[in-house]
Amino acid sequence: MLHFPLWKKTLIWLICLAGLVFAMPNAFYTTVERHNDALAELEKGTLETAEMAADRAAWPDYLPAGLVNLGLDLRGGAHVLVEVNVADVYQDRLDAMWPAVRDILREQKDTVGTVRQNAEAAEGELRVRIGNEAAMDAAIAAVNTLTRPVVSLTGAGARDFDVAADGDEIVVTLSDAEKIATDDRTMLQSLEIIRRRVDEAGTREPTIQRQGADRILVQVPGIGSAEELLTLIGRTAKLTFNEVVRQVASPDEAPGLGNEIIPSVDEGEGYYIIKRAPVVGGDQLTDAQTDFDQNGNPAVSFRFNPTGARLFGAHTSTNVGELFAIVLDNEVISAPRIQTAILGGSGIITGRFTIEESTQLAILLRAGALPAEITVLERRTVGPELGADSIAAGKIAAVVAFVGVLVFMVLSYGLFGVFANVALMFNIVLLFALLSIIGATLTLPGIAGIVLTLGMAVDANVLIFERIREELRRGKGPARAIEIGYEKATSAIVDANVTTLIAASILFAMGSGPVRGFAVTLGLGIVTSVFTAIWVTRLLVVIWLRARKPKTIEV
Amino acid sequence: MRLKLVPTVTNIDFFKNAKLTIGFSAVLAVLSLVAFFAMGLNYGIDFRGGSVIRTSTPAPVTVSQYRDVLGGLGIGDFSVTAVVDPGADLTSTNRHAVMIRVEQESDDPETQNDLIADIKSALDSEISDITYLQTDSVGAKVSGELVQAGVIAVVLAVFAVLFYIWLRFEWQFSLGAVIALVHDVTLTIGVFSLMQIEFNLSIIAAILTIVGYSLNDTVVVFDRVRENLRRFKVKPLGEILNQSINETLSRTMMTSVTTLLALIALYVLGGDVIRGFTFAMIWGVIVGTYSSVFIASPVLLRLGVKRDWDKDDGAAGTQYANIDA
Repeated sequence: MLHFPLWKKTLIWLICLAGLVFAMPNAFYTTVERHNDALAELEKGTLETAEMAADRAAWPDYLPAGLVNLGLDLRGGAHVLVEVNVADVYQDRLDAMWPAVRDILREQKDTVGTVRQNAEAAEGELRVRIGNEAAMDAAIAAVNTLTRPVVSLTGAGARDFDVAADGDEIVVTLSDAEKIATDDRTMLQSLEIIRRRVDEAGTREPTIQRQGADRILVQVPGIGSAEELLTLIGRTAKLTFNEVVRQVASPDEAPGLGNEIIPSVDEGEGYYIIKRAPVVGGDQLTDAQTDFDQNGNPAVSFRFNPTGARLFGAHTSTNVGELFAIVLDNEVISAPRIQTAILGGSGIITGRFTIEESTQLAILLRAGALPAEITVLERRTVGPELGADSIAAGKIAAVVAFVGVLVFMVLSYGLFGVFANVALMFNIVLLFALLSIIGATLTLPGIAGIVLTLGMAVDANVLIFERIREELRRGKGPARAIEIGYEKATSAIVDANVTTLIAASILFAMGSGPVRGFAVTLGLGIVTSVFTAIWVTRLLVVIWLRARKPKTIEV
Repeated sequence: MRLKLVPTVTNIDFFKNAKLTIGFSAVLAVLSLVAFFAMGLNYGIDFRGGSVIRTSTPAPVTVSQYRDVLGGLGIGDFSVTAVVDPGADLTSTNRHAVMIRVEQESDDPETQNDLIADIKSALDSEISDITYLQTDSVGAKVSGELVQAGVIAVVLAVFAVLFYIWLRFEWQFSLGAVIALVHDVTLTIGVFSLMQIEFNLSIIAAILTIVGYSLNDTVVVFDRVRENLRRFKVKPLGEILNQSINETLSRTMMTSVTTLLALIALYVLGGDVIRGFTFAMIWGVIVGTYSSVFIASPVLLRLGVKRDWDKDDGAAGTQYANIDA
């Protein structure tokens, strides 16, 4: 056991050396961070400025540049957990189905009779009343031709809509398989839109993750507050251009079939009854910029894609003199009168904006609308001061704990304590190297995990040293005592650390945010501490034993 | 001269007062349960929902000044506590911080948002140079799930460990370790409800670490018991347990002290944000060390151990005794 083959020695030293190399960037945190930022900018295709070149040159390219990410609680920033109301989309899908159902049934007017949409249908279903109930089977067969198969793992042969009969009504609902598929699409779309909006705002290193079935976690370091982040991601920003039926004073007026009544942002203007089907939607926009109207008030100018431009041109040329509404998230932001046909495909939205509002609206329009509304479940803001305090306090605590443990070990075990301390230092180095390599995030509880690792890392050595003492007391010679000490302590070390590792993995699996950070440092700390305690100290002890060949030892 | 926490060779009879120590633990456990059911835990917003705002001012501002400002807003139940952090002066991070806790008014995120905006604007106008170190809001929906996830995590951890020890030792060991574990967790929850220290997500993390640590200790003792059982085939179990605890006592104390050393540094200097967490850990290390000696082993003694599991193991008691499945 005391004989180390050369390859094993080399391997141990190589691992320690690699640990040093990969942990090193963290000692020059700001320099390396700037270097990485400059590289990331270059990758995006930004032209290199002199400043960026200097930042890039400050850290040699051949050295590793992986850093331990600082968590929000250490760096400051905002954390928001939102839920996407995926069911919102179902109704839109059904609404979009209606014109097709109407057209296909009208083709068979002779057998089916009159076709009418039941406006009082419950949420989540489309009800169509037909004149001739006897032709129901034919009508359902016709509507069924509109449905498409859903490709899914579970429901083989499922179609996207379920069509059923209820008296003289055809009931169309989304099938369960399609709901699942729709939810998934909605989530992917929402993630993409939120990512674009956060990117447009130009913040660095945001984390945007899907959590569970219908949640999204957004973490943005360096942003002032969660509220600021929410103004950016919280709005649906669904923009449509609708035909105005008439302007009314009260929200209780009957809007009529296919119309809806919505308020104006400007309270003095009351309410508008508009046609529900928009002329053009915000998804047809290719660009939106902050601008000013002819009176110098902030506004947003926009440009349509060719399809949007054609639709908009056609509508405006046939409705000169009419009002049309610019609707954002179910509120009319303005309802100008069409003066002339707008054929160029571009226009300007005026309203009572401040400059911030118009800038924000432009960002939202460029990034696109969220497919569904979102609800905020959790929001957290950490000010940069608190993060800095936590780092400062954590550092001091770690140093004090480290020195305390070092001194205590030397006092208790003399030279062997020094060996254990060398191993302990390598333990910390390896831990930081691993954290940097996997790009883990260090949180405040993570620092606590490291400090705790410090205390517990010596446990393996304590077990071994105590065992060696025992063997010495039983009259074994130094080499033999050391050999048996390592051998016999191993099973206790393994069992003791595996149990802690079990706790750490459960923490990792169940925990969220900072708790997870703690689990990562604790778990990795266990792995590195077992390595350094068993192999590094043993190697040191063996080297010392070979060089000195002591007749007696004191542990 | 070496520093020794315990004499080189000890021969303490740990079971002499077994009735006393077990009774003591039982009383503490009952007290913990009473405290838990009578007083409940001081749940943080992670588990109860609501908002917490942590403010900072260049000069001290009294809590009653804050109360006066907030009292006029009509924001429902709120509490204001000054953050007392003796370690902050040592690490020069004293910011005269104050924590404002506001109950969940409604589940509507907009209302909650407005509430925070109202509080901030009122404080801005009344207290000069105020800054906001932290603003957290958790909705009722999430907080309910967090409670569930926390409880599941602790239960899962206990069962995983039960299984692992059963695999490595015998079921009696496993039961002994888990009873010790339940004892530790109960006492930790007891001290949190008795002292009304805020119980949040990080405390769950602390409890899970205590589970790991306490086991660590228990397993080291059990490992030695297993070895001694093989070496001394006819010695009564009580003597073997005592001998094993005595033999590992020096290590138990050393590890507890080094861990406590690190934790106390963190408790005093690590800042107010993780103080509850480190407190739970310190308490857990003390209780965990105690329980592996005074709970796990007596339980094992009471349950007894099957002694002839390695009849055909001719190498028992030799250097390979520890290498088994």
